[in-house]
Amino acid sequence: MSTRSFGAPVRRNEDARLLSGQALFVDDVELPGMVYAAFLRSNLAHARIRSIDISAARARDGVIAVYTAADLGAYWAPGPLLVPPPPIEDTIFNQRTQVPLAKDKVRHVGEPLAVVFAQSRYLAEDALGDIAVELDPLPAVVGLEKAVNGASATVHDDVHGNIAAHVWQGRGDYASARAKADHVVARRFHYDHGASSPIETRGIVANWDARANQLTIWDTTQAPVFLRNGLAGMLGLSERQVRVIAPFVGGGFGPKIMLFYPEEVVIPWAAMKLNRPIKWIEDRLEHFFATTHERGQTHDAEIALAADGRILGIKDVFLHDTGAYNPYGLTVPINSQCTLLGPYVVPNYDSTFTAVFTNKPIVTPYRGAGRQHGVFVVERLLDIAAHELKIDRAEIRRRNLIPPDAFPYNNEIIYQDFAPLSYDSGNYEPILDKALEMIGYRNFIADEQKRLRAQGRHVGVGIACYVEGTGIGPYEGAKVQVQSNGKVNVATGIGTQGQGHFTVFAQIVADQLGVEVGDVDVVTGDTDQFYWGAGTFASRGAVVAGNAVNEAAKAVRQKILKLAAEHFECAEEDLEIANGEVSVVGVPGQSVKLGALALAANPMRGAVKPGTEPGLESTQYFGPPGGATASGVHAMIVEVDPQTFSLNVLKYVVVHDCGTVINPLILAGQIHGGVAQGIGNAYYEQLVFDDDGQLLNASLADYLLPTSLEVPRMEIAHTVTPSPLNPLGIKGAGEAGAIPVGPLFAQAIEDALGLLDRNVELNEIPLSPGRLFELTAKLR
Amino acid sequence: MTIDRHDVTVTVNGTQYQRTVESRLLLSDFLRHDLLLAGTHVGCEHGVCGACTVIVDGAAVRSCLMFAAQVDGRDITTVEGLAPDREHLHPLQESMRDCHGLQCGYCTPGILMTMKVFLEETPSPDEAQIREALSGNLCRCTGYQHIVQAMQLAAERLRKPQS
Repeated sequence: MSTRSFGAPVRRNEDARLLSGQALFVDDVELPGMVYAAFLRSNLAHARIRSIDISAARARDGVIAVYTAADLGAYWAPGPLLVPPPPIEDTIFNQRTQVPLAKDKVRHVGEPLAVVFAQSRYLAEDALGDIAVELDPLPAVVGLEKAVNGASATVHDDVHGNIAAHVWQGRGDYASARAKADHVVARRFHYDHGASSPIETRGIVANWDARANQLTIWDTTQAPVFLRNGLAGMLGLSERQVRVIAPFVGGGFGPKIMLFYPEEVVIPWAAMKLNRPIKWIEDRLEHFFATTHERGQTHDAEIALAADGRILGIKDVFLHDTGAYNPYGLTVPINSQCTLLGPYVVPNYDSTFTAVFTNKPIVTPYRGAGRQHGVFVVERLLDIAAHELKIDRAEIRRRNLIPPDAFPYNNEIIYQDFAPLSYDSGNYEPILDKALEMIGYRNFIADEQKRLRAQGRHVGVGIACYVEGTGIGPYEGAKVQVQSNGKVNVATGIGTQGQGHFTVFAQIVADQLGVEVGDVDVVTGDTDQFYWGAGTFASRGAVVAGNAVNEAAKAVRQKILKLAAEHFECAEEDLEIANGEVSVVGVPGQSVKLGALALAANPMRGAVKPGTEPGLESTQYFGPPGGATASGVHAMIVEVDPQTFSLNVLKYVVVHDCGTVINPLILAGQIHGGVAQGIGNAYYEQLVFDDDGQLLNASLADYLLPTSLEVPRMEIAHTVTPSPLNPLGIKGAGEAGAIPVGPLFAQAIEDALGLLDRNVELNEIPLSPGRLFELTAKLR
Repeated sequence: MTIDRHDVTVTVNGTQYQRTVESRLLLSDFLRHDLLLAGTHVGCEHGVCGACTVIVDGAAVRSCLMFAAQVDGRDITTVEGLAPDREHLHPLQESMRDCHGLQCGYCTPGILMTMKVFLEETPSPDEAQIREALSGNLCRCTGYQHIVQAMQLAAERLRKPQS
């Protein structure tokens, strides 16, 4: 290979279309005769449905149809369980999944009751006002503790105590460890996560072509293959008859992996029934109720330590809010349970959680997917322990890091992918050292902070460690094909929502096949282009699909060499592939273009040797034996205004190890974006529910996404510990930026205001100026 | 309900359009669905996210907060009108590409239109000015850092005559 693009900061292939307004998003699909849908949603969190009268809506000019659950007939069914509980002994799991349109009862604000189809979206929304609904309100289940202790109503009439699940995992013997401990810290922590809020909301267009017997669906999904298979089954079609296209998708961050949303069930069915193309685009208000959230957990956690700060064991009992239904199984709380262990040696672990049904929107993974809840607990426990034991915050972490010779490191509990939680590789101490050096930790503590305090400024430092299980199975696949024009096509089953797959996969192929990155055309998320796949989630696209692309490109490379060797009547070892052609080494003028070879590989006439496959094409699959564990440290220096509690982040450092890096520019973007979402979660974004289960701040004017003024400039550095679990050595990076920001903010703000010395601890996220004012009230 | 209609003559990206629109039709929907200029994106429809920003008579405005009926006689530029031709990108677009200033790209058209007006008014901005100007456009992917870098680069390129 002449030049390697793998590892280089290559500009993205997809950008020209996106920058010029030519990229296709779901709402850009326009079809003749299109019908527009609008959903009538419950305005109560918990109620019995007495009646729904749609007659006036049906009579309105421009309305084509109005349906309720009764109209769906036998098609009406609760959705599937997407992720069954992992095989953990004595697990209790009560499966209750969402329905397409509510029947009998509504269980959260925003649950759909009826759907209108009309000639325009404006008319469809007009007609929603014509529908008369009688609901008998029931007491809403909102608080987690009240939900399980019998003080609340029940979300599902037959699930007593609102227990969605109960799981214990552990290792060693925590009670004995605690008995031997020199010091124990026990605290209650609350961690609330928010709404992913991609700038593009969800949307679906469905087109039933009765002549072709073909259903085409454009959907903002992160999992097009599962959507196709599921819908084909529900609609009585063969998978071949259903094509799902996830075109350009305007941000996903997790909730777009959820299926089947009620709208995904109703719109394709209605398109077939009405024999008209239908479009539904979620509006921002709907997004706050109709798209899944991540939300709160309450942890009662304790850590047992030796006098030198070594962890002897951790015990944690937590409640997890799963919302009104639990289609995503236990992924989020299992991630919390597992990721709490972090980069540390925790010889004894005793962790129990109860997932709780509430009358709030459904909880499914959102960037971090519960990992940050666990990281918050362990990082806060260490901060408080360090303070009480008078050990430096960075030092207590260093003393507990898993040593580099201990990998693979088995934590002896089960992870979300059903495999043992085993860290494949890592080298944690250099990451900590580098972060400390970049933030200027020692100088800040010894000198700078005191100097600033003397000036009356409240400036603090924070440092937080984390690991992230990434790149989990089961598998992905890819097809690589050289075209007769010399360009290369790549198709894979995952969808893409901005991660740069069109470029990083092209980089992998460009190196294998000696072509320019810009000459590799990548297609993602079109089930007619690639049949199989799981989807884009758990920081796995580059790891799992990337390795499949690499395997397919390697196989095509072999085909190219074999064919060219026949062409030149030479040995394959005498050939090199570069600049879009194959050349005989050392023989000037002896070369053939890849496009010419591709043509030759598909002869029009004549005979081929037995066993010959046509074309320069290969389809390969890759499934890792387990997830690859990335790791990192974030550090921050922040100034707090003691009057207004507004923050000014003076310096923000990320040191990250995600194995081999494909494209450092794209990786930096992933980290920047993750940190920005982490900052929103830590200090600005809070979903505020009242006692009736009403979300009080369902607009972007009230639910505060960080702007360019809240997100600071970040300095990023990498260490590289390749993963042994895939040939490219890569680990995922999509979620890491978001994971440690909560504990980092809590710690740095505490430090800036000297709170621990004054017996104020910040044991909850999100914080905010108002909340800090309340928590520090006793100091005034 | 009687539907109130208005005749609108508007120039968008140099092309004049004549349409009759309902009084309640949003400018964002008019551009996207009536004129099929779908490059202008809709993120919140309540004037916060800035994704739908277009330039009306030289000012960056949120097209979800205007009615189509209000643009009669006006001159509008959308993201489709930014590049000089199909083969070339505007320096703003080129700089966004060079700096990896976009990921999903959904907020990008609004950011380009906001920053086009800003850089015309402030040809040599510092980082703080760029961040202030950008703060009315929400981006959920990038954390803004690469966008800020892209705007610094674009400002530099726009100050130099194009070779």
